[in-house]
Amino acid sequence: MAVLIDRNTKVLCQGLTGGQGTFHTTQAIEYGTKMVGGVTPGKGGTTHLELPVFNTMAEAVEVTGADASVIYVPAAFCKDSILEAANSGVKLIVAITEGIPTLDMLEAKIRCDELGVRLVGPNCPGVITPGECKIGIMPGQIHLPGKVGIVSRSGTLTYEAVKQTTDAGFGQSTCVGIGGDPIPGTNFIDVLELFQNDPKTEAIVMIGEIGGTAEEEAAAFIKANVTKPVVSYIAGVTAPKGKRMGHAGAIISGGTGTADEKFEALEDAGVKTVRSLAEIGSAMAEITGW
Amino acid sequence: MNLHEYQGKQLFAEYGLPVSQGIAAETVADAVAAADVIGGDKWVVKAQVHAGGRGKAGGVKLVSSKAEIEAFSEKWLGNNLVTYQTDAKGQPVSRILVETCTEIDQELYLGAVVDRGSRRIIFMASTEGGVEIEKVAEETPEKILKAIIDPVTGAQPYQGRDLAFKLGLKGVQIKQFVKIFLGLAKLFKEKDLELLEVNPLVITDEGNLHCLDAKVIIDGNAMYRQPAIKAMHDPSQEDAREAHAASFELNYVALDGNIGCMVNGAGLAMGTMDIVHLHGGSPANFLDVGGGATKERVAHAFKLILSDENVKAVLVNIFGGIVRCDMIAHGIVDAVKEVGVKVPVVVRLEGTNSELGKKVLDESGLDIIAAESLTDAAVQAVKAAGN
Repeated sequence: MAVLIDRNTKVLCQGLTGGQGTFHTTQAIEYGTKMVGGVTPGKGGTTHLELPVFNTMAEAVEVTGADASVIYVPAAFCKDSILEAANSGVKLIVAITEGIPTLDMLEAKIRCDELGVRLVGPNCPGVITPGECKIGIMPGQIHLPGKVGIVSRSGTLTYEAVKQTTDAGFGQSTCVGIGGDPIPGTNFIDVLELFQNDPKTEAIVMIGEIGGTAEEEAAAFIKANVTKPVVSYIAGVTAPKGKRMGHAGAIISGGTGTADEKFEALEDAGVKTVRSLAEIGSAMAEITGW
Repeated sequence: MNLHEYQGKQLFAEYGLPVSQGIAAETVADAVAAADVIGGDKWVVKAQVHAGGRGKAGGVKLVSSKAEIEAFSEKWLGNNLVTYQTDAKGQPVSRILVETCTEIDQELYLGAVVDRGSRRIIFMASTEGGVEIEKVAEETPEKILKAIIDPVTGAQPYQGRDLAFKLGLKGVQIKQFVKIFLGLAKLFKEKDLELLEVNPLVITDEGNLHCLDAKVIIDGNAMYRQPAIKAMHDPSQEDAREAHAASFELNYVALDGNIGCMVNGAGLAMGTMDIVHLHGGSPANFLDVGGGATKERVAHAFKLILSDENVKAVLVNIFGGIVRCDMIAHGIVDAVKEVGVKVPVVVRLEGTNSELGKKVLDESGLDIIAAESLTDAAVQAVKAAGN
């Protein structure tokens, strides 16, 4: 089933009746995603986009048998929404919302782990298995069903990798945007493990950013566990030290987290790295012989 | 969001932690008068800026007369302090903190951060206070003691005692340390901190623990629920253009190159800067117009880029997802019509409605260089800037 989601995944939307929820759910339905309903407290019993609206996640899951939920509620309410979803019975939560306080995420992440619920995001483009299911804000039309698994901290950089692997005809098995926040629900290692074990994924693109040590940890994991070819690009080689570049995660401090250190760790793990993000597709062709 | 030292110490005092009596003065006269209010015959005067390394740069001084306070205040108020942590221009000083003088026996370090790896708040303590803690961590990592805070129970007294004994504290100092540790942990959680440092935490000549400095960074995402902290915001410590950009929800960071960049998405914006460098150019800025960009926001972004007189060429790199390329194109055309543009503009549009966007630019009659690819865009921009 590629990873995380496929054509059978039944998806709820938290914040369905809001502007973001309405827009992206419309797109998801057009793409073929099995949207089964939405949750907006106080609007239960109505319909929106021809989907049933529920007051609570518990009720929505009970009635629809949903497997996954996507969250578009404002940041101030997002921890509550994640916790409601985590306790509702869905196994996958994709939080698109940006601007969630870090301490909120700390608590939400712990609870999701305890309940065995996979949380992707927040502050991420979402997850797509091309041709089957799109959960999130990525433009569906640039994707092509295929064999490359893509994992990235950044939305628009993911689109670049998608376009290049589409143009080359390789296509994508699943693309996972893990988001740029300091405390992501799912990290590189989680997704790399999924890709390594997925028969449909034949090669992997990993796109990182300056800040933190997630890429270094991923490199160590790849060295020990990943046998599939990996191409990697790290954004921010030229970013000045100590400056925040939009993503909270992208701060270099205290000598760790620079792009050079990350490139070095990845190369040491046998990963093909590219210094120009325009070369992701050609590097993939080079190491796979496709 | 960064706080000034005096603001951090106000928070410390609210949480019952031992800080020096001090007054943050905005004028020379107030600084001199502060000495009388505080009393004594020795004071420490400290320039308030959002940067470390103030001591070495002359921004902190031990004084023993009002004349010295006057001279120090006259020297710094209204001027910029340059330290190894600031840029060449430095940070403006609009307040002088006048404090009682503390006799120091020993300097310790105590700090806390949200650790991404363990996904916990971690406290760090060291006997090597008063110096750059990053160096201590790098050269002698065994000298950094750690306590991981359980998110369910919060910080516990035993963790404070454990750190205190390992720091070699004795007698009443153990209790004092536990109180400071628990107070800071409470502050960290209640005020949504991102980073907290007491460097140095000193043992006074009388053997008591005392917080001599305060560095506090608040999680910007939590500002909506911290109105009291939000009121402490000092825009003078930020780049004027960056602050202006923030008011339009634009992510802008000024850099010292000559190619203005307008990109959607933080990752792609960094990637664009990298590719410009790779082809021999130098970006004038980082600018992410964001996923929810409107025509107006794009126009503001474009004007902002052009307001930097170092800009010799502009590179627009948009991968339309949710953002439609035709909307971006209209924003550019509007901005250029309004403010005029004297430098070459290279545009690469990809993704949603890119053809429509290119058509809008073509028909605008503006002198715009359309790039065929990302690499082509970078090469053209570098060439246009004359690098």
